[in-house]
Amino acid sequence: MLKISNISKTFERGTLNEKKALNGVNLHMKEQDFITVIGGNGAGKSTLLNAIAGMFITDEGKIEIDGNDVTKLPEYKRAKYIGRVFQDTKMGTASDMTIEENMAMAMRRGKSRTLRKGITKSERDFFREHLKILDLGLEDRLTTKTGLLSGGQRQALTLLMATMTKPKLLLLDEHTAALDPKTAKKVLELTDKIITEDKLTAIMITHNMRDALKYGNRLIMLDSGKIIVDIPKEEKENLKVSDLLAMFEKASGDSIDNDRMLLG
Amino acid sequence: MELISLSTFLNAVSQGLLWSILAMGVYITYRVLDLADLTTEGSFPLGASVVATLIVNGVNPFLATLASFAVGLLAGLVTGLLNTKLKIPSLLSGILVMTGLYSVNLRIMGKANLPLLRQPTIITTVEDLGFSNSNAIMLVGIISVVVIIVLLVLLFKTELGFSLRATGSNPNMIRALGVNTDFMIILGLMLSNGLIGLSGGIIAQYNGYSDAGMGTGTIVIGLASVIIGEVIFGKKSILRSLISVVLGSILYRIIIALVLENGLQPTDLKLISSVVLAICLFLPVLKEKIIAKNINGGAKKC
Repeated sequence: MLKISNISKTFERGTLNEKKALNGVNLHMKEQDFITVIGGNGAGKSTLLNAIAGMFITDEGKIEIDGNDVTKLPEYKRAKYIGRVFQDTKMGTASDMTIEENMAMAMRRGKSRTLRKGITKSERDFFREHLKILDLGLEDRLTTKTGLLSGGQRQALTLLMATMTKPKLLLLDEHTAALDPKTAKKVLELTDKIITEDKLTAIMITHNMRDALKYGNRLIMLDSGKIIVDIPKEEKENLKVSDLLAMFEKASGDSIDNDRMLLG
Repeated sequence: MELISLSTFLNAVSQGLLWSILAMGVYITYRVLDLADLTTEGSFPLGASVVATLIVNGVNPFLATLASFAVGLLAGLVTGLLNTKLKIPSLLSGILVMTGLYSVNLRIMGKANLPLLRQPTIITTVEDLGFSNSNAIMLVGIISVVVIIVLLVLLFKTELGFSLRATGSNPNMIRALGVNTDFMIILGLMLSNGLIGLSGGIIAQYNGYSDAGMGTGTIVIGLASVIIGEVIFGKKSILRSLISVVLGSILYRIIIALVLENGLQPTDLKLISSVVLAICLFLPVLKEKIIAKNINGGAKKC
């Protein structure tokens, strides 16, 4: 499904701020893999997701999605394969546009935009039905601008928009980190439900080790732009947070960045 | 004592209508795309120069007017390419094109001012149908504004229109949904400057001349119309916003007529424009402040 071979990226090369954000990352994902990603500040977690999504072109290496080489493709051309939810709840929707307009744009992910209607009657009915999954009452607020929603509502909507067209790959970048604990839990459970039911392939960054262990079928740990630990499903099931901490210290030769990685 | 005579008022309304085409162009960049585009000050006289030159050379005034739209599109295209391909910030791209167009306009006209005396214009063509001059101007204004509003509202309801709006609202999001935002920026700048060129073309026919210097201050006029309209008439939907822009443009002309009738000179116009815009830009801030005060010592708005 996703095949990342030896990708590297250095930002601000040749300056004092030079930063090797990704340093030879290899990652193979099978269909329906659900990987959780943990790592300290600046470990390269978001950079890895951004590289896959094409927000920048990597310096070296190759990225294939579903057999297609996307290494040099700009972000908007990779969009047909990828659904994304960001940490910042304002990132996922156009706040000046309504719920139904945002969903209509998500329905057309990766398709060319023409002078056809931006939203059709049947789509509107579909959105109304589909929004009921969220159980937030948004199905009655189709013409509300998303800027008026709460962070949790927006994030749930973004998740729905990202998964509505069943993308080949779902990228979640700490998408519950900006929410209050109760809402975060709800959105996370919803995420897991959608990924399982729709049989999606997903990568989820989290700063919560418990969540990293609870969800998904594989766990990777990043440090200094490298994957330092890769735990398969069988092993992951019996793991505890303390085991993870020990693994991190052993692999990175460093103590864990506690204030960033919540122990749950 | 009345502040303004009926004929001055009606004159201000029809002028406001003709200028509102420019204001709708400014609306597209400033509000929809969220860009400050100064190409306006070059594309407006560009439309005027092209119309005047074509009409003087015997081209049908309607064709000439269409041409003013087309050259406006081209001006927007250049700004868009500078911005997206050469990565020059939009404000600078606009300034570059605006400055360059000054020379282009002089080339097109062959001199700094080209009069349209006794030439056929779209206004005289309407007069020939039996309308008075002022009614003809009003009619041209109403018809063009209605047609443009209808077309724009339709456009903004298409997939392309959604993408344009999202490019201004959240470019990261719409790029992640597979839209080439660079293309949308170019398209928006073209459409905007097309309308601004068209407005210049019509205003030249209304004024009876095209002048190389007629672009100066047009961005301020456009912005003032957009903002006055929003503050007073609201911006709930695209249709509402566009109507607000037109009403804002008319109100702006009435304000100008009022101050001119009451002692100030036409040469003071640019200063008045700037002061009016500064006040309009401050109004929303003032509104917030009053609201904050009313909710007991500045409690946060929910």
